[in-house]
Amino acid sequence: MPYPPEFKDLISIVEKTRPERVERKRKGQEFPALSREERDTRLKKYHPDFKADSRREIRVGVSKGYAISPEIVDTLEARSRINPDEIDLSQIDHEADVLVIGGGGAGSSAALIAAQAGAKVIIATKLRLGDANTMMAEGGIQAASKLRTDSPYWHYLDVMGGGHFTNDPDLVKTLVMEAPKVLAWLEGMGSMFTKEPDGSLRTMHGGGTSRKRMHYAGDITGAEIMRTLRDEVRNHPDKIDILEFSPAVELILDKSGACSGAVLYNLDTEEYVVVRAKAVVLATGGSGRLHIRGFMTTNHYGATGDGLVMAYHAGVPLVFLHAVQYHPTGIVFPEQAEGLLITEKFRGAGANVVNIDGQQFVYEREPRDVEAASIIRECSGDVGRGVSTPTGKTGVWLDSPMLDILHGAGYVRKEFPGKHILFKRYGIDISRQPMLIYPTLHYQNGGVEFKSDATTRLSGLYAAGEVAGGVHGDNRLMGNSLLDVTVFGRIAGRSAAEFALKRKNPSGLSLDHVVKYHRELEEAGIETDRVAPVILPDYTNPDVKERRVVVGP
Amino acid sequence: MAGQTVPVDVTPAKKSRGEPTEKLIPIHVMGRRYMVPGDLTIMKALEYAGYQLTRGCGCRGGICGACGTVYRTPESHRVEVGLACQTIVKPDMFLAQLPFFPQNKAVYVLEELVPEQGTIAGLYPAIFKCIGCGTCTRSCPQDIEVMDYMAAAIRGDISRVAELSFDCVMCGLCSARCPAEETQSLIAILARRLYGRHIAPQAEHLKERVRQIEKGRYDEDMKTLTGADRETLVDLYYKKREEEPDLPDPDWLPSDNSHI
Repeated sequence: MPYPPEFKDLISIVEKTRPERVERKRKGQEFPALSREERDTRLKKYHPDFKADSRREIRVGVSKGYAISPEIVDTLEARSRINPDEIDLSQIDHEADVLVIGGGGAGSSAALIAAQAGAKVIIATKLRLGDANTMMAEGGIQAASKLRTDSPYWHYLDVMGGGHFTNDPDLVKTLVMEAPKVLAWLEGMGSMFTKEPDGSLRTMHGGGTSRKRMHYAGDITGAEIMRTLRDEVRNHPDKIDILEFSPAVELILDKSGACSGAVLYNLDTEEYVVVRAKAVVLATGGSGRLHIRGFMTTNHYGATGDGLVMAYHAGVPLVFLHAVQYHPTGIVFPEQAEGLLITEKFRGAGANVVNIDGQQFVYEREPRDVEAASIIRECSGDVGRGVSTPTGKTGVWLDSPMLDILHGAGYVRKEFPGKHILFKRYGIDISRQPMLIYPTLHYQNGGVEFKSDATTRLSGLYAAGEVAGGVHGDNRLMGNSLLDVTVFGRIAGRSAAEFALKRKNPSGLSLDHVVKYHRELEEAGIETDRVAPVILPDYTNPDVKERRVVVGP
Repeated sequence: MAGQTVPVDVTPAKKSRGEPTEKLIPIHVMGRRYMVPGDLTIMKALEYAGYQLTRGCGCRGGICGACGTVYRTPESHRVEVGLACQTIVKPDMFLAQLPFFPQNKAVYVLEELVPEQGTIAGLYPAIFKCIGCGTCTRSCPQDIEVMDYMAAAIRGDISRVAELSFDCVMCGLCSARCPAEETQSLIAILARRLYGRHIAPQAEHLKERVRQIEKGRYDEDMKTLTGADRETLVDLYYKKREEEPDLPDPDWLPSDNSHI
């Protein structure tokens, strides 16, 4: 649906302040960035993570006492989706050196490198290969590729500052030092990054970057990387087996306690499937579809935090899950597109964020959490300068039309073709009209504890990508998650293959850790009919569910 | 209403059938009629009708290609197409999802391929069966000129295929409707990868940076940074970081280039 008539006047207010804002931008006169103290105050007062009831302590397991989002705690304080006593582990359905759980950017990278190292690989994925948040990442991938202006040193500092200096230094070092290598790897596989005529890579700013190091492929960078990886995975049918619609539901350990495979669930036939493997890579992605604090989300349909649950059952600690990332700019209007991501590239290219009066209230390139908190503040009762939509939401303007003035007519259509088409379907031309935005649940900053060689505390289990925590500290910067999945995906593939090729076939397969976990739940007095992993969110009309005919006992 | 805290909401339509304000319209899902709110996307309408989707649902944002859908409306003889997550329902539409269509992918070693006229045809010889009917273009939910890139593929113009097909989400609707049984989206990604690897000029600065890293140019810097305490890092972050200007300035250089 196009903007309602009453928006005409509101948009003309934005248009009125635009020439002056464009002029200031041209002169490099930016809206003042917040100082360190101001950032802290703003986050504590307005970021959803700091709301009183935003965290709850986990009552069982290795990270008992750690307070994180209640929605994730619910999945940990739940019974396993399977009854461990009813699974016949003596009947092995599939066997591999390396089992990769998850078919997104991290899983596909891991599979390719593990296969290259000589391992026989199985990728088990919930939906189709490539159905993942990687596919949806729009903005870009960071790497200090510019020889005269940038280096891993400045990339490191930006990552640390964005993460509020809580990041694991060794993980950050690996991220920034490997970054140019993975970019070259992707270029070598034919990913079509946006380039200058001489082949040098075009770059932009992102929130919290000191140098322009955001590399991109139009506004579908993630899709371009994901479809390249997927195509390459399918070029190795002799080494990589792909099991689609087969989410993992529990890890399998052997008699020594090493990770030795997983129980999968066939979404079509609803039977369980046993995979034995000498090493397992956990690359299950994030958890936006748990709708933390009821927020709308940019995430993929399958992003339900399954890997956290499986690893936790097997004794792997969880870290940095106390911080959740809300992307500052999700669509609030039209309703059909609600929650969808508006890439940070708009702000990186210079688009202002303005309130109902057409006035700036925040520098557009603050780190994501600070930017999001500032927008929430502007829409809150304390300030009250948000714009209300006919569907009862509030947002602020992201002034995309100023980009055509700054960079030349046609810039928005050319640089943001995906979003331009999306809005055009609803009768909105974002090169002429601003977009109405509000923060949306975007990224799981934390995850399972892991090290820079992708090992976890569980022998035989490796982790990579959004499921793993520590790289980004309390807050990830734009362009560092496509980087994270490829950097640590590759490392996980290499480490897992090395481990697997030295290991004998696991024996004495067991799900005793699940039995033990159930016992712990009972001892903690947790009685629940919840089961986990969640696998898919349930959006079915509740009225229909109430009337479903249940067959059998 | 300005000033009210935003009521947070979930993306999907958790609307109850009992809500009297809804304007309901009939749609037919694989022949079965359901009454659904007229402002929903096809995907949310299916969930409203009671479906728990496993197939035909992916990113819910129009980029993954999992939810290709075909439909007809009473007004027209045409078969219409759309992504279920992006297309708003229409009264009396008859729809079926087509989330998967069989396609045989050619297996190849990209670095060994030579980007010449016969490369695509060598791997996908069936391209010559294309009759140029344009059904593919009419079947593309991304408005891609599919027939034009197929013609370019037949000519061996790899760059043109790459350029025209860049927005392809690989939903497979073109293949499903193609009378010549082509696998357009596979041909397109082959062309894009050939272009990216062999035709587009390579990023020499990137290769140089990789060499610098491998030679250990930043090892000392990394040792310093990973060993620094929080206060030192905070200081460096807030006091030493120079910001490259927003607007393009090819001549900009940081005044401190000691760590570059």
